[in-house]
Amino acid sequence: MSRKLELIVLAIVLIFAVQFVHMSSTTDAEYGGADGEAENVINEITGGTYEPIAEPFWEPPSGEIESLLFGLQAAIGAGIIGYFLGYYNAKKNYENELGYKGKNKPDSDRQSL
Amino acid sequence: MHIMEGFLPSPWWQAWFAVSIPVIMYGIYKMNKLVNEKREILPLLAVAGAFVFVLSSLKLPSVTGSCSHPTGTGVAAIIFGPAISAVLGTIVLLYQALFLAHGGLTTLGANVFSMGIVGPVVAYLVYKAGMKANLNFYIVVFLATAFGDWATYVTTSVELALAYPAGGVLTVAGFMSSFGKFATVFAVTQVPLAIMEGAISALLFKYVVNVKSDILIEMKVIEAAVVKKLRGISA
Repeated sequence: MSRKLELIVLAIVLIFAVQFVHMSSTTDAEYGGADGEAENVINEITGGTYEPIAEPFWEPPSGEIESLLFGLQAAIGAGIIGYFLGYYNAKKNYENELGYKGKNKPDSDRQSL
Repeated sequence: MHIMEGFLPSPWWQAWFAVSIPVIMYGIYKMNKLVNEKREILPLLAVAGAFVFVLSSLKLPSVTGSCSHPTGTGVAAIIFGPAISAVLGTIVLLYQALFLAHGGLTTLGANVFSMGIVGPVVAYLVYKAGMKANLNFYIVVFLATAFGDWATYVTTSVELALAYPAGGVLTVAGFMSSFGKFATVFAVTQVPLAIMEGAISALLFKYVVNVKSDILIEMKVIEAAVVKKLRGISA
């Protein structure tokens, strides 16, 4: 199985990672959220007169809780992706194996549910 | 791309709800129909939704010295079309609005419009055009998801510039001036992240093609001949 695509993706991620390490150690960039920066732009345009028309009715009480919930979100997603890709992968392998043992050899491209 | 709770004044937040709600309703209708007709697509639908979950939770540093996150909606758009992607995007945005104070309930309409509608529509169109032009499948996926991601952030800039034109009155010049400022925050920061999202989406597609290409062929996402070729070269 060729790993060409994996290598390309890894190279892209590495380029940005190296850039990040370099920049974060040589400049004092804050790496704040772009969503929050938009608030500053709004204040700048309106001269700070804008009052939000609503407040979030619940906010994570601390940065720790917030990263917990973000981590949870990623974990739920990653779990689902891994489960189903693994399920399909095993299914495909077993179907091929059983297919060869049985009399009717299936078309190798055929994958039932 | 999350416009924060309360940061879209009337009538803009209502307007974006008015645009987004019909699309979400249509998406729910399409999703129900699809799931009823083909139960076997459910796992793939879950994977596409989960991919949005993962990517939109990762706030990545960008070359501009600020952090933003990819959207992950391009994959769903390519497999299931923009309407169903809008539903998946809405679920994620609701989670973040309710539990993370990211985005908000009043701005949900605008955020769904940018992340759940415009992004997927752009990804879908780029994908269709790229496949028609017979480009390499993974390159097409890369381009489609990267442009979809980027379009989401451009849309957010448009939404904010419409609500906050320079000078307080909505004129073309005022809009352009504000758009430039918001685009500097969002669109520029997003370029490297869009590239990463495209690369990772292409990788996910590689695995789906490897283990479950028959569903993609059935959904008319990809032709059988293309799958044969991909397996021959990269499988």
